[in-house]
Amino acid sequence: MRAYEDWVIEAETKGIKLSEVILQDQIEELEQTEQELFQRMSTNLKVMRESVEAGLIGKRRSLSGLVGGDAAKVEDRRKKGISLVGDQISGAIAKALAVAEVNACMGKIVAAPTAGSCGVLPAVLFTVEETCKVSEHDLILALFTAAGLGMILTERASVSGAEGGCQAEIGSAAAMAAAAAVELAGGSPRQAADAAAIAMKSMLGLVCDPVGGLVEVPCVKRNATGAAIALAAAEMVLSGVKSAIPIDEVIDTMGQIGKQMPCALKETAQGGLAVTPTGRRIQADFL
Amino acid sequence: MGKSNVFDLLGPIMVGPSSSHTAGAVRLGGMARKILGDEPVEGSIFLHGSFAKTGRGHGTDLALLAGLLGLLPDDERIPDAPKLAKERGLRVKYEIADLGEVHPNTVKFDLVGRSGGQVQVVGSSVGGGTIVIHKINDFQVEIRGDYPTLVILHQDLPGLVAQVTLLLATAQINIASMRVSREKRGAKALMILETDQTINDAVLDLMRKLPKIEQVMAVEPL
Repeated sequence: MRAYEDWVIEAETKGIKLSEVILQDQIEELEQTEQELFQRMSTNLKVMRESVEAGLIGKRRSLSGLVGGDAAKVEDRRKKGISLVGDQISGAIAKALAVAEVNACMGKIVAAPTAGSCGVLPAVLFTVEETCKVSEHDLILALFTAAGLGMILTERASVSGAEGGCQAEIGSAAAMAAAAAVELAGGSPRQAADAAAIAMKSMLGLVCDPVGGLVEVPCVKRNATGAAIALAAAEMVLSGVKSAIPIDEVIDTMGQIGKQMPCALKETAQGGLAVTPTGRRIQADFL
Repeated sequence: MGKSNVFDLLGPIMVGPSSSHTAGAVRLGGMARKILGDEPVEGSIFLHGSFAKTGRGHGTDLALLAGLLGLLPDDERIPDAPKLAKERGLRVKYEIADLGEVHPNTVKFDLVGRSGGQVQVVGSSVGGGTIVIHKINDFQVEIRGDYPTLVILHQDLPGLVAQVTLLLATAQINIASMRVSREKRGAKALMILETDQTINDAVLDLMRKLPKIEQVMAVEPL
């Protein structure tokens, strides 16, 4: 079984970025040129950007009517220069809500790694873009860092809520985003892996309990909190904080916890928030 | 799960909200359309399990219809599928059904094409937008839509598999996977082949002329 650690060591040995190691691996695996892979990944980035923009101004509501318009509220307040948590975090919250709302309203998104968790990675990437000087080229490369971690997550654990709960979806997205953010901000491959570990550790045990079985409540808002966790993890490692437990062990733990989680808490809408009195009422009203 | 690549993790680009209930549903509709091999004009859509229970909130009904119309999972017209269907003269009705011991996200299509052809297709959305077609009319199949697929109904006779593969070899078509099954010795048998290249009509016609071949169906990848 592959380990993220193997890629970290390879990147350290060669003195290159994690993304460059993963890109090289994929050139061989997919038998495509660097240019072709870059082109495909740049399309992902383009759609991510469009989904943020569409969501921030979006007035659409989801089919159930539960979701829509919250990203704009956060963005409006931020634009007025008011924020409790500062411009970056409020911006990330707004962007994550934006993409997750676009998804809930049948708009176009990039699953990252899933549709339910599609807001985390774009929110973090474009927040880092606003903060640090990064090129489009760097952003596309960072998507390889994130996706490479996602591959390890899939192979050693799961990125599906039905298999591993929300920790496998938003948790994976936060870990992937944290690794990408650290690389973009100039951190080392080791630091990227540590940030991913810290983000994942902060999401362990989170259950998948969607009201009515829909990708709306609590999924949309968990995209925003997932983005904030990813940025917190990146901030820690960039300051020199290390993860006590290495990334691959954290991933294996996530997989184990997912297996131990009862079925009622894995996307079946038979437990957690889905069966609260309000959750049941919402389901009865809208479905 | 097996080995993945970066685009399994970042992607697909799709219209939300759910890769299984929306993107996968579009692909199921698209696959049913390809199997019909014609513009569908009439259809019954039977929703099973989770498709029946949470389908409406996920736009599964819209997504299946969009697929029948030939739309892809990233087409932003998916929410407008009913309007599009009306313009193109496709009438569908939805029913909730118990399709038995199948995946929770399963659908059955009963379709009529413009030129009168009919087909029944059963398929499931098994996660992340991946689909499997289980049944075409009365035949159990397993088609994922990743490769051009040949479905051949034939008599269980020695040498028939060799004749089919020889035709493919002559046409420089490489077989990616192959499965042969039969009811019992000498009875009705089924061959399912996934190929790397598209199989052209000339090859299909030659195949249909082989003795003891009853039906040849070519399904294009999605």
